[in-house]
Amino acid sequence: MSAGLKLNQVKKAYGAVQVLHGIDLDIKSGEFVVFVGPSGCGKSTLLRLIAGLEDITEGTLEIGGTVVNTLPPSKRGIAMVFQSYALYPHMTVYENMAFGLKLAKASPDEQDKRVREAADMLQITPYLDRLPKQLSGGQRQRVAIGRAIVRDPKVFLFDEPLSNLDAALRVATRLEIAKLHERMADTTMVYVTHDQVEAMTLADRIVVLNYGVVEQVGTPMELYHTPANLFVARFIGSPAMNIVSATITSSGAPATVQPKTGNPVTINAEVDATYVDAEATFGVRPEDLVPTNGPGLFTGTVSIVEKLGEVTLAYLDTGLPDPITVKIDGDVEIIKGATMTVTAPADRLHLFDETGAAFPRMQFSHAAE
Amino acid sequence: MAPTQSTIQIVPTGPGRHPKRVKSELMRQRLRAAGWFLVPMLVALAIVAGWPLLRTIYFSFTNASLTNLYGAEWAGFKNYLNWTVLKSGRVIWSGLLADPVWWNAVWNTIRFAVLSVTLETILGTVVALVLNAEFKGRGLVRAAILIPWAIPTVVSARMWSWMLNDQFGIINDLFMMLGLIDHKIAWTASGDTAMIAVLIVDVWKTTPFMALLILAGLQMIPRDIYEAAAIDGVHPIKTFWRVTLPLVRPALMVAVIFRLLDAMRIFDLIYVLTPNSSQTKTISVLARENLIDFDKFAYGSAQSTMLFLIIALMTILYIWLGKVRFDGGDR
Repeated sequence: MSAGLKLNQVKKAYGAVQVLHGIDLDIKSGEFVVFVGPSGCGKSTLLRLIAGLEDITEGTLEIGGTVVNTLPPSKRGIAMVFQSYALYPHMTVYENMAFGLKLAKASPDEQDKRVREAADMLQITPYLDRLPKQLSGGQRQRVAIGRAIVRDPKVFLFDEPLSNLDAALRVATRLEIAKLHERMADTTMVYVTHDQVEAMTLADRIVVLNYGVVEQVGTPMELYHTPANLFVARFIGSPAMNIVSATITSSGAPATVQPKTGNPVTINAEVDATYVDAEATFGVRPEDLVPTNGPGLFTGTVSIVEKLGEVTLAYLDTGLPDPITVKIDGDVEIIKGATMTVTAPADRLHLFDETGAAFPRMQFSHAAE
Repeated sequence: MAPTQSTIQIVPTGPGRHPKRVKSELMRQRLRAAGWFLVPMLVALAIVAGWPLLRTIYFSFTNASLTNLYGAEWAGFKNYLNWTVLKSGRVIWSGLLADPVWWNAVWNTIRFAVLSVTLETILGTVVALVLNAEFKGRGLVRAAILIPWAIPTVVSARMWSWMLNDQFGIINDLFMMLGLIDHKIAWTASGDTAMIAVLIVDVWKTTPFMALLILAGLQMIPRDIYEAAAIDGVHPIKTFWRVTLPLVRPALMVAVIFRLLDAMRIFDLIYVLTPNSSQTKTISVLARENLIDFDKFAYGSAQSTMLFLIIALMTILYIWLGKVRFDGGDR
């Protein structure tokens, strides 16, 4: 059994405070969708609306083609994994996992079978008789996932499940969740996180939220290569995209812009003639910048060098308000205080209008990656 | 260049790991400081609790009277149990354990303690659950509900004794008006209702205390557990029995033991509300009567000592049987 989700102008307000401003989403059955955004963007609230833990103020929510606005959580065919695990502290792992089934009056054999299957899948069988407090954070989170699996849900909801784990466990559990998605291919999964790496690695599609509004919906690579606006451009990718304000000097495709300092820049974007002389911003990702000896996009003094082993980050003081970040593969010797010129291909530049919306890009293919 | 080999030994720390715990100088310093901080408390306790307790126990084995405290002579267990064989061969038992008045007081005390603590626990839980829900003005209600607890017992007992008065009391008036009773009841004076009156006042006064302690326990339960229960489809009533109650149990058990200790020693409320009713005379009231009014100081001391033993026994049993832990942990 599986089911897609359909949100139609879903709004949520607490008194006079509107936290979600009409969310439209179509999540296909079996899809892994990640809600991502800064804290306070409404991503967790949206998940709680889907779970039925909070009431939808306006709009409709369909699960598997049925409007479920007024159904209690237990009748929606969902299961949820909480950030803080939310295990019953006085019950053993086994009891935690079987509790829902037991109250649903499943036969003891059925309970036992399902609990053991899930425990096997998550390798928590040795801990079945333990209390949650006797487990480590990672084990607790697996029990929480196990409890959700036992419910055999149509829709699996995750509310920042990795936030309370340390870095190494986070990566390991992330892989577990990816495997789980593969094994439960029919189950729709909705995952909330503020961590873009989790979003990029797990998602079939990412929903970027900001101030209760959907900024963009797309596959991880769509968001990376063709962000719809400045917010998404800044939010996806690490370190964040370099953003420079400029004036549009010529329209067409490609277009030309003039930054406050330096040479005119040609960008492979389609710009309407009405935009000439308009204020705009263009962006370039640190990893798309390469050092050059000839004329380049930016020239400046290296103010800080960060070596991470696999990459080296250099921050250039170019006279612009913010330093330009350059990401170079490998362990490269860069001298602090030296002058450095960097450039980027025209098809790697992003152009945004005054409101922050991206101009359409031309001649871009993902295959170029 | 040959790599230098070095072995890093990780020494386990923490209690229980060392075969022999060697106290460091720092540890000794801390213990000394802790000792000094404890001294004033221990001295105060010895003066106000330890000494009177030992004196009382001592007096209970003498023939002391109020007028002759220092000339008391050792009487052994006479105050507790004694017998005389008459010439006719009849054995006459005397002493505390053969005194029906004593046993009546014991029965009254236990009846009062069990009933009042049970009622207060149930009502306190209900009130705590209500106060744990979110509603407007919750802070104000939480403060207001404490008022009965804040009023001195003598004041509230006097207040209630007027309200329960058979001639002028508002309660009789109200019940007559509502048609619940057809003649005025002497609540505190009548043997049938005296205990009920005492229970009503005590429950009114002490439920807020229970509610507050239980509320503190309820607030320790994380909210997301209830959300998990909602997703598991657990009925709210089942959630209470299967999730809330087990998790609030440690706090509840501690609250009950506090109340039980208090209730076993009840004196002021009964002394003011129903001074001479044999239906409500508890051990404390009886002991005071013997100590002061009847000038049977040694006998009163024996009763006080017995009360101390009974309370100690009940507390030990309760902690042992209920597996109570005072560190706030579950299980």
